[in-house]
Amino acid sequence: MEQSWRQAKSIFMTLISAPLFWLVAFFIIPMGIVWLYSFGENSGLIDIAFTGTWSNYAHAFDPLYLGIFAKSIGVAVVTTFFCLVLGFPVAMAITFAPDKAKSWLLLLIMLPFWTNLLVRTYALIAVLRTNGYVNMTYQFLWERTSGLMTLLGMQPLGDFHPAILLYNNFAVVFGLVFVNLPFMVLPLYSTLDRMDRSLLEASLDLGAGHIRTVWNVMVPLAGPGIVSGILITFIPSLGAYLTPDLLGGPDSQMIANVIESQFKRANNWPFGAALSFILVYMTFIGVALQGVIESRNKRRQA
Amino acid sequence: MSSRTSRRSLLTALGAAAVGISFGAAGCSKPAGDGVSASGEEPKLNFYNWDTYIGDTTLSDFKAASGIDVNMSLFASNDELFAKLKAGNPGFDVIVPSNDYVPRMSEAGLLMPLDHAKIPNFKNVNAEFLDPPYDPGRKFSMPYTWLALGLGYRKSKMKGIVPDSWKYVFESDMFRKRITILGDSADLIRLAGKYLGYSINNIPDEGLVKIEAMLMKLVRSGNLLKFTGDEGDTLLANGDADLVIEYNGDVAQKATEDPDLDFLIPKEGSELTSDTLCIPTGAPRPDNAHKFINYILDGKAGAEISKTILFPTPNDAAKALMPDDYRNNHIIFPPADLLAKSEYAQFPGADRLQKYEEMATRIKAAGVGG
Repeated sequence: MEQSWRQAKSIFMTLISAPLFWLVAFFIIPMGIVWLYSFGENSGLIDIAFTGTWSNYAHAFDPLYLGIFAKSIGVAVVTTFFCLVLGFPVAMAITFAPDKAKSWLLLLIMLPFWTNLLVRTYALIAVLRTNGYVNMTYQFLWERTSGLMTLLGMQPLGDFHPAILLYNNFAVVFGLVFVNLPFMVLPLYSTLDRMDRSLLEASLDLGAGHIRTVWNVMVPLAGPGIVSGILITFIPSLGAYLTPDLLGGPDSQMIANVIESQFKRANNWPFGAALSFILVYMTFIGVALQGVIESRNKRRQA
Repeated sequence: MSSRTSRRSLLTALGAAAVGISFGAAGCSKPAGDGVSASGEEPKLNFYNWDTYIGDTTLSDFKAASGIDVNMSLFASNDELFAKLKAGNPGFDVIVPSNDYVPRMSEAGLLMPLDHAKIPNFKNVNAEFLDPPYDPGRKFSMPYTWLALGLGYRKSKMKGIVPDSWKYVFESDMFRKRITILGDSADLIRLAGKYLGYSINNIPDEGLVKIEAMLMKLVRSGNLLKFTGDEGDTLLANGDADLVIEYNGDVAQKATEDPDLDFLIPKEGSELTSDTLCIPTGAPRPDNAHKFINYILDGKAGAEISKTILFPTPNDAAKALMPDDYRNNHIIFPPADLLAKSEYAQFPGADRLQKYEEMATRIKAAGVGG
């Protein structure tokens, strides 16, 4: 019953006109203005003149900023890797759960989405800091073990030193994985859910062990889900601003923090716009790559 | 088949409704004001202020006195204020920029000149603040508070010494990972310059080189816990840090709850600031704005504000009404000899600010060595 939009153009146009107007007026036009800023220069204290200059992009290719881009890409890669490694078993568990439990498990995964990002990040601070819950538990166990060892006649453990879990790169990656894990689990689950179970049964019947079945049969079948999961996790992690700002240490600045300071302290909107659009171009490349991989997959399956 | 059509049409209807609602909400943004004051302005005021920077009852007292309803929004830094107003005043009537931003904003045409005839309480202001270099004749601003940057510290964790010099944050290994310094590029570089003996508004280029080398070494040494914006006092109070660079009033507020905390201005001197009340260009209710500023400069209202925020006040009438433990509090009113060594910051010009910002980016990208 689905009609191609070409067959019912007038209905299509009326339906799409309002969202299209919204998209153009509130997304494409403002982004376009910022894109024009990236080719402009400051004139006077508050105005920006469009001069068609490439100097902002040239400045962005300074080794200082390239280093920060590289570091942000590194953090995003590590975050995506951990999300994948942690998210795949979770997606598998939800796929093979009994149907009644499935909806509850999905709800549990999605529940953090409904909490504001800022609140979630502050909650992590309360957990990870020197007097936070992790260290309090660690101290409790340390002292109990020390007491037990004295009881058994052994030397007690030395002084308790709390683990430094906050205000360093560990906290930034931890926070980013914590925030982005649901983004990885959901596409993986949706791909695994559509997978043909009989292929897994066939693999087990033919003598492969469980691990081999997962690695050689399930993971390749989940390929498209893995690719979209990686894309949905990598790109927000690359542009993360709040997490490095709140959880990071003195050396944890990422590219989004630099962009923020260009728009505020340095009052250099053209340069900030150039840095932002380099991220946008990288996103376009990522999405294009995903499109290429997907079309190649489709051709392979057809 | 029919269920699929009906689900699709339901989704279409929902989508259309969502778009329609958001257009409608965008349209009716300002409801008509009820009642109009004698000058023809509605009895409302949009006040853009720093966080924890007003008295507990000031706004309700002002409403009782004048019938004007004050709606206060918050900002966290002068740059945020400047960035918001740069694109056009979104409807604020009174704002609170710091002294170095007043000339910058007035040159950019973002501030409205004040009508002193409407602010008779100007007579309460301390003589030192009547004609400052950043706003001759108080044309655009009225003084609200003054502040001093310095070192907040936890007395019991200071290993028996008093940290009376900037060297304990910039060049010492004594407090590994228990130190925080300001992340704001201009303030950080100015304080580092003060430590190395320069005047904060006149740091020569070789001074900048020395400052950058010293701060890079600090980041690489791993002694620093974090670059803070305004959360240094929170980290000090909850035990994550023992020695922080902070404003005196912020530490004074935390010290009332925790007597183990203290504050001092280091012996090399520090940076002073004065936060001011201004009316931005394009304010919809300038008459109400003048009334509000005049009310804040009143002695009783000023005393009420100072009692809550514990920042030093430039208002003599308010200071006279404050209890002794405020006037004699060495955190709020640091010793005169150290104040004499401290300076007010000036707007360094857009190019120099960008240079400071790039220095700060390089320092923060230095990476931890050990």
